Amino acid sequence: MKRKINDMKLRLPAISVNEAVSRSVISAFVAELNPTVEELGDLRCAVSEAVTNCIVHAYRSLAADEVGYIYISVRLYDNREVSIEISDNGCGIEDLDLARTPSFTTGEYGERCGMGFLVMESFTDSLSVKSRPGRGTTVLMRKILKP
Amino acid sequence: MKEDLIFSEKEGILTARITCDIDHHTAKPMRESIDRLLFERKPSVLVIDFSEVGFMDSSGLGLILGRADKAAALGISVQVIGLSPTLMKLVRLCGIEKINNLSVTR
Repeated sequence: MKRKINDMKLRLPAISVNEAVSRSVISAFVAELNPTVEELGDLRCAVSEAVTNCIVHAYRSLAADEVGYIYISVRLYDNREVSIEISDNGCGIEDLDLARTPSFTTGEYGERCGMGFLVMESFTDSLSVKSRPGRGTTVLMRKILKP
Repeated sequence: MKEDLIFSEKEGILTARITCDIDHHTAKPMRESIDRLLFERKPSVLVIDFSEVGFMDSSGLGLILGRADKAAALGISVQVIGLSPTLMKLVRLCGIEKINNLSVTR
């Protein structure tokens, strides 16, 4: 039975400068488990993808004076598991299978390449995505670090 | 203040050296600067040097793919150099080293 050894909650406005903030905070938080450089790089990248999705997609239709928030919850377990949940209260995803198809994007041509979910999936051990159109999306990623 | 993107040009080869992390926040001004110089200078080769990039997410892939696309339309080939093992892992994930006018080396 795994036991939780630390946990953290973070709420950040969905503005692009917080992409770097979120991955820096998570790097510092996970440091307790002494991840390898590669593991830390994988986690930083996966977090950056999830947070970017909230900014680019989830809150894209907010008015200029409205601010959407990104909710990040991180848990560390004694079996060296890192669990990262990233949620928003944005527009949600109508077709999750389509959204998770590599190269599919609703973003600007020549800017987004539709690889976000593939990166999250490839750089962690498990990825689950729950979404309700009009209500928001939650991404849960788990990675077990090497002993 | 340190420049995030440094250009140099020699004998038709335009080199863009990126010196900061690449995410959605930082990628947009870089893409615009590179595109502007591609159209203005019309080099025969565009080299994008990643050797000073510490972090990159899929915004960096978008940056490479979008430039390869625009360069192809102008008959320009693109060389991506200086990818660390971490960045190479990301690039391999989406198979961009298989694009016609694009070559990728470490």
